[in-house]
Amino acid sequence: MCLAVPGQVKEIYGSMGTQMGRVNFGGIVKEVCLAYLPDIKVGDYTIVHVGFAIAKVDEESAHRTLDAFREMGLLDEEFGEPE
Amino acid sequence: MKYLDEFRDGETAQRLAREIRQTATRTWSIMEVCGGQTHSIVRNGLDQLLEGAVEMIHGPGCPVCVTPLELIDKALAIASQPGVIFCSFGDMLRVPGSDKDLFRIKAEGGDIRVVYSPLDALQIARQNSERQVVFFGIGFETTAPANAMAVHQAKQQGIANFSMLVSHVLVPPAIEAIMSSPTCRVQAFLAAGHVCSVMGYWQYYPLVERYRVPIVITGFEPLDLLEGIRRAVHLLEAGTPQVDNAYERAVCFEGNQPAQKLLSEVFEVADRKWRGIGEIPRSGWRLSDPYREFDAEQRFSVANITTKESPLCHSGEVLQGNLKPNECPGFGKECTPRHPLGATMVSTEGACAAYYNYGRFVAVESIH
Amino acid sequence: MSKHEKPDFSQWSCPLPLRDYPTIVIGHGGGGKLSGELIEHIFVPAFRNTTLEVMADSSVLHRPAGRLAFSTDSYVVQPLFFPGGSIGDLAVHGTVNDLSMSGATPLYLSAGFILEEGFPLAQLAAIVDRMGAAARAAGVQIVTGDTKVVEKGHGDGCYINTSGIGVIADDIHIDPTRARPGDVVLLSGTIGDHGMAIMSVREGLEFETIIESDSAALNGMVASLLKFAPHVHVLRDPTRGGLASSLNEIAAQSKVGILIEDRKLPVLPDVQSACELLGMDPVYVPNEGKLVAIVDPSVADAVLATLRAHEYGKNAAIIGTVTGQHIGMLAAKTVVGGTRIIPMQIGEQIPRIC
Repeated sequence: MCLAVPGQVKEIYGSMGTQMGRVNFGGIVKEVCLAYLPDIKVGDYTIVHVGFAIAKVDEESAHRTLDAFREMGLLDEEFGEPE
Repeated sequence: MKYLDEFRDGETAQRLAREIRQTATRTWSIMEVCGGQTHSIVRNGLDQLLEGAVEMIHGPGCPVCVTPLELIDKALAIASQPGVIFCSFGDMLRVPGSDKDLFRIKAEGGDIRVVYSPLDALQIARQNSERQVVFFGIGFETTAPANAMAVHQAKQQGIANFSMLVSHVLVPPAIEAIMSSPTCRVQAFLAAGHVCSVMGYWQYYPLVERYRVPIVITGFEPLDLLEGIRRAVHLLEAGTPQVDNAYERAVCFEGNQPAQKLLSEVFEVADRKWRGIGEIPRSGWRLSDPYREFDAEQRFSVANITTKESPLCHSGEVLQGNLKPNECPGFGKECTPRHPLGATMVSTEGACAAYYNYGRFVAVESIH
Repeated sequence: MSKHEKPDFSQWSCPLPLRDYPTIVIGHGGGGKLSGELIEHIFVPAFRNTTLEVMADSSVLHRPAGRLAFSTDSYVVQPLFFPGGSIGDLAVHGTVNDLSMSGATPLYLSAGFILEEGFPLAQLAAIVDRMGAAARAAGVQIVTGDTKVVEKGHGDGCYINTSGIGVIADDIHIDPTRARPGDVVLLSGTIGDHGMAIMSVREGLEFETIIESDSAALNGMVASLLKFAPHVHVLRDPTRGGLASSLNEIAAQSKVGILIEDRKLPVLPDVQSACELLGMDPVYVPNEGKLVAIVDPSVADAVLATLRAHEYGKNAAIIGTVTGQHIGMLAAKTVVGGTRIIPMQIGEQIPRIC
């Protein structure tokens, strides 16, 4: 369910009273409804499902998660791998 | 793509899988609720990395699969009416009703259009004011804000020729239905990340409290899934059922408030039938009174269509992990990916379809 | 006109006024004067060759030595003009490639047009122009043709059928039943370009850099591979149904299993992004200028080098092997080290949301 893809907001504008915007998904730009993220700014990353931005990507948290994965790798190397 | 590719790294995945295997002292049964997660697991072969440590049970979280036969028949009835433009996400076109699917209706002259967003359907309605434009509003909580916005705009802008055939289903009641089944063998759940992006995850605390089963909010990329599984295994090993959020970059506790506000205005909770499972109380949404005029079931008088599911199909038990797909009497005979009888054979990553493909694979592997 | 330029119909002017009709009318398919004018002013100038100019009921061709390859295909692509090509060049490339995949040297094509009443002549001329250019570039001649006109609403502007004849040297044996366990699977370049170029126009996707169709004639590339015969066992162009369908078909016909590696599949970043966005898997997305070669392991590296030396093969890669296991099935090693089955696709691939 719910194929949703992260993209970066390039432009924000109003259309018939609704906040819309253009979002870049790895080189592909598509119009997206931004009505549910009233505080979103140009440059932010957002998760888009069927043309609607449903969440702002918490970039700090994303980097924290990746760092944690990396640390796990360092631990592996330190203690060796019994496998 | 940023925030996608980083979460697909093969080496990190191996490392996470290794940690899970080392942590698990027995084989745990964990259900991923969401069809998108099932897709990612099957597409990447994640379950193979966890053999012996974790058995993944594919849950009912594919809106395409759980849309009841009856509603598909209603869609087919509406789409066959002359003058109607019937808009749908691509996923629904191949789903069989009692004797046809939307592709067949299209071949018979129905005007059926695949759209990417419900707003595209609204645009089609604006451009064809003399025709009835119906959108097949399927989906879980993730898709609901988009559908709610389409109906909301139709009302605001007076687009009277637009209506929606609503088949919205909700995740928490489905999880509860599975948890409360006396034969349930699921020991932990991965909750669907994008559903929680919209709805938050406060709803899961009372469930964990009552059923003592860990629930981990989990994303969709391989590393997200493995991290969700890793945390679930830790909670299981420690014997401390809790709610945990392993998809922090996209999910916060309270969810998307503006979306929830419009949802509660446009929709109201209702009982829903699930294909293969049956009716689950308060497990779906229908249009609320102020928006009832946009309900396609009312507008096209199809509310009285009722259809029985095939008695051969045991997909409900498969979905709960009580029955292996190949133990179902119809499996591979009356029921195949080409002619699916139930939810789990419909989509390629449904439990039965995945088993059908992979089962053939394993069978020939072991012969040679 | 270069392949990648957008067609500019305002620049086209008919060498002689076609009875003042700017669009196709029923009479253009009637075999009368209007039909003749269409042939004289649009088809013959674009396809120009001595066989065609005889204008007989059938073309009389010299019979070359070797066995004959014969193939037909119909083209109904929408839109008719897309980034990187048009229905015209596609109709030539498709049939040329089908002939080439059996190791044939393509020689002659027929061209049948089904036109809808009201179809702009300027567009027809542009399509036919590109067809002619594609045929010349591929070194084949369009030697016979036909045009029918259907009533408005009974067609989609323009449909084209091409059939082709090629010749195969007696010592060449390339067919989809000849894959053997141990063989190496090569792919001549990135997958999904054509399908996504079409899809992007239909779905209204904007791209920072335009995704272009890979539509191209592969007979030159195939000719350069024939020096490795008899070690080239199978050639296939993964068009409809994409790489997945071609490899599944080969696995079934050769009674072998095929195992590829996801991370070795060349995919352009923009095509990958578009696939993510639309919920598609590039292995199912059509190509029109790529080939799969299944070869004996002893020549795999040399075949790879030859492919890469060719202008359409710069991104060629070894993507997998043929195995004696999982007979009749295609499987892939995933990026994380698991295995997935890649089944035949049941219908057309359409965007999905879940």
